[in-house]
Amino acid sequence: MLRPLDALRDTRREWMINRSRLIAALLGISLLLTALVYRYYSLQITQHEDFLTQSDRNRIRVEVIPPTRGQIVDRKGRLLAANKPTFVIGVVRERSANSEALILALTERLSLTDRELEAFRERSERRRPFESVPIKLGLDDTALASVAVDLHAMPGVVVDAQLTRDYPYGEALSHVLGYVGRVSADDLDELDPERYRGTLHIGKVGVEKRYEPLLHGKPGFHHIETNAHGRVLRVLEKQAPEPGKNLRLYLDLDLQREAVAALGDQRGAIVALDPATGGVLAMVSNPSYDANLFVEGISYSDYAQLRGSLDTPLLNRAVQGQYPPGSTIKPLIGLGALERDFVTPDTAIPDPGWYRLPGDDRRYRDWTLRVRGTGHAETVDLHMAIAESCDTYFYDLAHRMGIDTMAEALQPYGLGQRTGIDTTGEQDGILPNSQWKRTALGEPWYPGETISAGIGQGYMLATPLQLAQAAMMLANKGESFVPSVVHRVGDLTVGGVQRPPREIDEDDWKAVVAGMVDVVHSPRGTAASIAKGIGYQMAGKTGTSQVVSIAQDAIYDEDAISERNRNHGLFIAFAPVEKPRIVVAVIAENGGGSGAASPVARRVIDAWLGEAGDV
Amino acid sequence: MSEYTRFLEGSDRDFSRAQTPAERLHLDVVLLTPVLAIAAMGLFVLFSASDGDWNTLNRQIRNFVVGFGVLLVVAQVRLDTLERWAPALYLAALLLLLMIPFFGVGAKGAQRWLSLGVIRFQPSEIMKIAMPLVVAAWIVRHGLPPRLGVTVVALLMIALPAAAIAVQPDLGTAILVAASGVFVVFMAGVSWWQILSGALAALACIWPAWLYLLRDYQKQRILTLFDPEADRLGAGWNIIQSKTAIGSGGWSGKGWLQGTQSHLDFLPESQTDFIIAVLAEEWGLRGVLALLVLYGLVVARGLWISFTAQTSYGRLLASAITLTFCVYVIVNMGMVAGVLPVVGVPLPFVSFGGTSIVTLLLGFGILTAISTEKRILSR
Repeated sequence: MLRPLDALRDTRREWMINRSRLIAALLGISLLLTALVYRYYSLQITQHEDFLTQSDRNRIRVEVIPPTRGQIVDRKGRLLAANKPTFVIGVVRERSANSEALILALTERLSLTDRELEAFRERSERRRPFESVPIKLGLDDTALASVAVDLHAMPGVVVDAQLTRDYPYGEALSHVLGYVGRVSADDLDELDPERYRGTLHIGKVGVEKRYEPLLHGKPGFHHIETNAHGRVLRVLEKQAPEPGKNLRLYLDLDLQREAVAALGDQRGAIVALDPATGGVLAMVSNPSYDANLFVEGISYSDYAQLRGSLDTPLLNRAVQGQYPPGSTIKPLIGLGALERDFVTPDTAIPDPGWYRLPGDDRRYRDWTLRVRGTGHAETVDLHMAIAESCDTYFYDLAHRMGIDTMAEALQPYGLGQRTGIDTTGEQDGILPNSQWKRTALGEPWYPGETISAGIGQGYMLATPLQLAQAAMMLANKGESFVPSVVHRVGDLTVGGVQRPPREIDEDDWKAVVAGMVDVVHSPRGTAASIAKGIGYQMAGKTGTSQVVSIAQDAIYDEDAISERNRNHGLFIAFAPVEKPRIVVAVIAENGGGSGAASPVARRVIDAWLGEAGDV
Repeated sequence: MSEYTRFLEGSDRDFSRAQTPAERLHLDVVLLTPVLAIAAMGLFVLFSASDGDWNTLNRQIRNFVVGFGVLLVVAQVRLDTLERWAPALYLAALLLLLMIPFFGVGAKGAQRWLSLGVIRFQPSEIMKIAMPLVVAAWIVRHGLPPRLGVTVVALLMIALPAAAIAVQPDLGTAILVAASGVFVVFMAGVSWWQILSGALAALACIWPAWLYLLRDYQKQRILTLFDPEADRLGAGWNIIQSKTAIGSGGWSGKGWLQGTQSHLDFLPESQTDFIIAVLAEEWGLRGVLALLVLYGLVVARGLWISFTAQTSYGRLLASAITLTFCVYVIVNMGMVAGVLPVVGVPLPFVSFGGTSIVTLLLGFGILTAISTEKRILSR
């Protein structure tokens, strides 16, 4: 067994060799182990802070909790814009044994459309298996109740609740409130993205848009710990969101509904203000639309229909519609003339039924010429000129005042400039003077244009709100407020902002308002027809504004021209005269004449004075 | 005492004093105590790395029981028996290795396993043991220091199976197998200029190896080492996450079971090759140093066994096993810490897995056999 060589080998030498190599190996190992220790030292001690931060960033994620949007209530606290819980049915693929079969079952149970299924598949690709993917959106609680019974028996199905905006009164308030819609890419450009993380809706139009920053609130957050796959493990820290502020409006729901009913099918607008505050008691624009359509994104066909309609339902006529004010501005012109001593209450001028500028052949006709073939009376004073809406009187007055003085007299009542109401889209209107025409049209002012301007025709345009505001100043003897839809934001009063008052002489005021009272209450008044059974004193002024200009000497025939070319009917009023509690401006688009507008105003004022709430 | 005395009848009996149970079982207590300590520490780390899974822990304990059983058996085998059977073992392992491309079973795109019905095993693991046995036997047979021809044959004996393993591909094991053979050659006293020229030749091989031998993913791992940020979520992910785990542990660690990197699944392979990152994260540098001290004790004892072994064969074998053990530790800890490329080398006695534990303890069985044989003779 012993090999011959073994006996001969030099065991001592071999041992020496091994020993020296062992020492070399020991050195090598020591060196490498030292390097290793150094490496761990540098990772764990020198760079410890960096890696600690890195590991926290790995696991901790901030998740935003969107705030609850503020609600909107009327002056009596009735909900006009609410947050309605809607339910989303989602599928967690990981939790169901056979997700395809589950989706098939859900398709049948929820009668899902192909579009919904496609959207679901698209969403699924972007989510992880343990995340819930919505398959059916926007179920209300009754719809949910009908399907929820057997849902709990299907593993992998989850029901999430979320809040969406709901406008319970739909069309009646769409123009006042506006609406919210899905946050769009354009919105995101203008927003603070931190405040809108997790928020789906944003005010797009109207009060909803104007008060967006206050309605929105402030988001809260979770600090959540996640694993490498993004699965939420636990909540480390939580800060509750700050809900948006609730808005309380001046608006009275009952009055609003009465106003909607009073206008009926008539295209037009109503603005009712509280003269004590400038608060909007009612604001109607007809036709309207259902704001709820916009919340979850309006369908293309619905939108095309609204956009394309000749009746422009999306236009808020109360603040965006610009109409020639017609004779409704006569009381203001009269007041300006009294103040500037162009007339006294006793000044009377002859009224043949027409007016002619000195040295000009053109006859400017009074409306009575068509009806009676003559003027109002032999001579007409201011009282009669207002009560019976005498054009000849104001043609003469306009000519004597001149356009610039007239514009100067009307300007303090807010014509030609935005009122500053707290909604969106308000238009300026036009209060023309010679300067305006040169700038806007590049033409000089012609004397004949002054005559038209004297009865609120020609270039002059005003919104119903501007007319209501002017009427409010008349009612208040010059005291003025910025018209406001919103009374309070949370506990803070934002409405009732007073402007520097316009000083109106008591006698001048009495002279003009006496004429306005007789518009309604005198049998010869232009709105005498609405005086029947009236239980209070109303001051009003009718107006008729031409949509097309009538050729010289042509007799205007209502039936002969198409409906859309018929005159607009206007009416402004306040009541009761001695202590006004409501101011109303009505426009009946193509109503033919003021007779289409004045009964509407009477009905609104009746409703308010019959049963007025207190702010 | 000359070497032949151990072949005398009854010379392996020591009648001078009563034998301790450990001596009777041929166990080196000084070597095995730190091994048991590492195993115990490793079980704690593994328990955390597996998210408190008792099943994993039980399986690992079973691996240790089997491993120590093998160690106990091997410790009784006489060295000359090993020396005699080494060539046969080597050839068998080589044959099995070469069979793999034809009969192998794959896992994760690599073919490493052979299946014998009930048992699946990796021939490369047998080669880890067979390699130092056979190279030592070959060199000792021709006397130390080896002549050039002997050395070249030894290198060929090393290169053939190492290449076969590398193409499986299993770079980690190939390195360990090659290392265990090369260490024998080194310890045998190959002259320094031969070592130097060999190293130069190896360096010269890097370029063609890069071009023709290494697979894309292996190149990727090496490139990732230099710039893990280049592919944060891909190839760089493992390294970034393991460095984050280690670094965030600091000096005292986040506490046992408190590591976020591993428990939140950021750390890949946290129970196997990357388990040191779990230890570093939860136990801090303190824990890492403690483990290194235990490894150091094992290595010191292994080198001491080599130093005091009575035969050249024993010395070569003992130092090769010990140094290979060092390679395990250094390569594993180096790759997890991002200073060495990621190759599949487990952390000895800590990483989960029966194969490496059994193979390592088999090697330690040989080590303890060398140790006890020497001691019995010296008395």
